[in-house]
Amino acid sequence: MSTSAATARAERPRLLERITASSSWTVYALLIVVFVGILVMNPSFGEPMSLMAFVKKAAPLIILAIGQYFVIVSGEFDLSVGSLVGAQVVIAARLMDGEDSMTWPVMGIMLLFGLAVGLVNGLVTTLLKVPSFITTLGMMLVLYGAIRLWTGGAPTGALTEGFRQWGRGGLFGSPGEFQVPYALLIVVVLGVLAALLMRRPYGRTLMATGNNDVAAAFSGAPVWWVRTRAFLLSGLMATVAAVLIGGYAGVTAQVGQGLEFVAITAVVLGGVVLGGGRGSVVAAMAGALTLEALFTLFNQLSLPSTIRPAVQGVIIIAAVAYAAVPRRPRRRATAEPPSSAEPSSPVDPPSRPKEPAAT
Amino acid sequence: MSTAVTTAPPAAGAPPSSVRRRRRLGSTGIVYLALVGILLISVVLVGLRGGNFFSQSTVAYMLTQTSLLGFVAIGQTFVILCRSLDLSVGYVVALCSIVGATTMAGDPNRVWLGVVAALAVAAGVGLVNGLVISRLRVNPFIATLGVGLIIKGYLDTQFKGPAGSVPASFQGFGYTRIGPVPVSTIVMVAVAVLGVVLLTRTRSGYHMFAVGGNVDVARLSGIRTGRSIVLAHVLCSLCAGVAGLLIAARFSTGNALVYSYGLDLDSIAAVVLGGTLLLGGRGSVAGTVGGVAILAVLDTTFNVLDINPFFKDVLRGAIIIAAVALYARRQIDPASSRARFLPGRRAAPSAPTGTSGPATGGASA
Repeated sequence: MSTSAATARAERPRLLERITASSSWTVYALLIVVFVGILVMNPSFGEPMSLMAFVKKAAPLIILAIGQYFVIVSGEFDLSVGSLVGAQVVIAARLMDGEDSMTWPVMGIMLLFGLAVGLVNGLVTTLLKVPSFITTLGMMLVLYGAIRLWTGGAPTGALTEGFRQWGRGGLFGSPGEFQVPYALLIVVVLGVLAALLMRRPYGRTLMATGNNDVAAAFSGAPVWWVRTRAFLLSGLMATVAAVLIGGYAGVTAQVGQGLEFVAITAVVLGGVVLGGGRGSVVAAMAGALTLEALFTLFNQLSLPSTIRPAVQGVIIIAAVAYAAVPRRPRRRATAEPPSSAEPSSPVDPPSRPKEPAAT
Repeated sequence: MSTAVTTAPPAAGAPPSSVRRRRRLGSTGIVYLALVGILLISVVLVGLRGGNFFSQSTVAYMLTQTSLLGFVAIGQTFVILCRSLDLSVGYVVALCSIVGATTMAGDPNRVWLGVVAALAVAAGVGLVNGLVISRLRVNPFIATLGVGLIIKGYLDTQFKGPAGSVPASFQGFGYTRIGPVPVSTIVMVAVAVLGVVLLTRTRSGYHMFAVGGNVDVARLSGIRTGRSIVLAHVLCSLCAGVAGLLIAARFSTGNALVYSYGLDLDSIAAVVLGGTLLLGGRGSVAGTVGGVAILAVLDTTFNVLDINPFFKDVLRGAIIIAAVALYARRQIDPASSRARFLPGRRAAPSAPTGTSGPATGGASA
């Protein structure tokens, strides 16, 4: 009918609008470009086996990005996640020392430790009013020093097989054949939970706090507790990431070093605004995936490993600059009815573009 | 856009300007008070071990410690005042040590050429940082991290080890001492004085405070905010360049691995320890020098007491947090945080009584 044709015609620009309006669309575009690049270079990357291997490698960063997302969207930073991951892996190895029966108790201890670190970060930031950059920087130094002090410089002990399976193993099928990695399942579950959480009242409050904490406080939100919970979530995610990294890569003294910057980069690449109040979890996860894919692409291109940081630097600046600048002209070009509802996309109801269409 | 403004309730009323002035002086005052306190504790601790904290060698070591971080932190102060951040300083230090050393190439006649080349490269990096932040609107954290990574890639690819060599005449910059005071520390203090003059006596300095306080209000008041940010970043990189030359003079060669010293985060810690707000708009170079001195005293004490290096990290982290927590109480005092431009969205009913009354009204744009 004519009406359906009309709506269909109206739908197309709106869809395009919808995709390009959200600040995170660049990350999806970049992700696709990088994946196409990898597949062109190396078609065998598309096979299930190597794809799953890639997922196992990328999973810890994606999980860290989820944790970092909560903190960043609330307007803070967490620089301590890298050291926390390193500390957790070393703690696990030292306490388990290869004893299978210790696997679960030690994982419980790790969980408590991660939450404790998050709690301290959160309370120092919110109650003592220390900028989170400094709080978590100090926590990074403390964890770095404390772990080396405890182990005498080099990590000791060994991880159990039951612990390492989470990072290496999978369901269905035997090792060596195709398996669905536990890491993939964990990422999917955590990602779905995180996306749901951001639609819950807590997520809305968190976003509001990051956007304008004074307004949030006046609206009755317990700002300090909202932010502290974000740090708790970050500590929790770092713990999960530590389990996966420990399983995938084993114990070394360097585990986790520099991961905090990679995680923040991933989140920002996903269009999440540093300073809080904007961005979606799914896009942050996509940012992490893009970054890992980029590293894989560098491998495929057999770039000298030393030049990689430079390429990475160019790409993150370019991606963030591109996401920041051309948004306004683009919208004006496709402006349909004069519903110039501020910088939010006209498709969504008047609410802010908090959750830009996930796909 | 959205900022992590503190959740303090609006002040009952704007304080009279005399009170405000006293508070502002207080911020740097506390830093030096903390410095004296830490110095006293150190003297006692070292004394209990039967040592003398003020022996020639200890003082010289301590002052030497201040100069390197001092240069970087002074530069970082300008940037943080503008509500920006520079994570690339460590890489700039490394790059400039190499540029300086390779340009000098051991020839005493080329010392000045080397210095100029290193500083020119530093200024170039600062210009790129500033333009990427102000023109491309990239968040400073990401922009400077990215530029740092680019420099890291270049350094790692081009220089596997030490490069270039520094003539003996320039090594004096690293080693000469007048009494217990190294020349590098004197230069650092001179740079600090220049920084103080710039921030408190010149238009550019005032503009930096304004931009850091509230970019929108600064722009509406007719300040070219982009220029202030670019200037701050150029100055920051120049200071890092001087630090790089100091490294070259001390090692008598350029070294790319300097970037792993953690100067970037250390300098930010020193600046914040010096009472400068990480959110910009308030702070001073004098406070930063105090912050650097605190870190140097701690480091020297740990060294004299022969503390396990890992335990040193733990203590340093804890002390940084504790110190910042101590003066966060005062700085976040709502009365003092409204001393400069009032954040537009927090238009408290008492706004017109502030000195910046007219400006706050238009900040809603």
